[in-house]
Amino acid sequence: MNNIDWMFAITAIGILLTMSLALTRAICGPTVFDRVLALNTFGTKTVLFICVVDFMTTRDDFLDLALLYSLMNFIGMVALLRFTHDESLADQEPA
Amino acid sequence: MSLLIDFSILAFLVVTAVTIARLRDLWAAIMFTGIYSFLSASWMLVLDAPDVAFTEAAVGAGISTVLMLGTLKLTGNRIPRLKRIRVLPLVLVLTTGLILGYGTLDMPHFADPQAPIHLHPSPSFVERSLHDMHGLPNIVTSILASYRGYDTLGETTVVLTAGIAVMLILRRDKTPSSDLVGKDSTFGASTK
Repeated sequence: MNNIDWMFAITAIGILLTMSLALTRAICGPTVFDRVLALNTFGTKTVLFICVVDFMTTRDDFLDLALLYSLMNFIGMVALLRFTHDESLADQEPA
Repeated sequence: MSLLIDFSILAFLVVTAVTIARLRDLWAAIMFTGIYSFLSASWMLVLDAPDVAFTEAAVGAGISTVLMLGTLKLTGNRIPRLKRIRVLPLVLVLTTGLILGYGTLDMPHFADPQAPIHLHPSPSFVERSLHDMHGLPNIVTSILASYRGYDTLGETTVVLTAGIAVMLILRRDKTPSSDLVGKDSTFGASTK
């Protein structure tokens, strides 16, 4: 392995460690906010992880998937937070 | 390095699945199903199947999270804690799992170049496609549209049926209903 490979390997291990920490916090997390924050972090780390794997295997077409992941992460988080805040997914009825 | 990535993703999947099964708060369980979909999509990506990963990320993490949240709105947020462990379902699940695991022993090893799928049909497709399709150069198209034509026809029929069902469910009925009455009353209230 040359330097670049080592760099990608260490980055991947670091991201995997962060993912496991976030997952632990999401499982233990006493409050809802802990869980939301931990799972959002986990989603972001998944995107980064895909990018690193992408460069490690020298395939460029995975980056589109990373973009899709971040979009999905955002949509899911917005839906979850709306549900937590309003107890409803629909728009408020006009009074 | 590749082995490490494989095993870490699989370990994350197991941890997430056990957490989902143990959680009594359904709202948190839905968040974990989203994470599970992301992880399984990453796993498919590592297995070099980006198209399946695309579908899993869009459907599993995107749509079904929102759909399950909508269901949660209509039903309750919590399920009662189980009083005791039921033996028969546990035995059934364990037996099924063991049988499935036993079934994988017959399969060729992962990425085995001598696996039947790499030896038997694929080379003959490559050799005969050009002649069978009267000179069409695209082998993927010829497999999808001709060799597997009935399969593709069935898939498109399924998609068509699903589309018709969605349109039937979402269709507004034209009969005078509570919808129109509600509109009239709000209109009257706003002009007052």
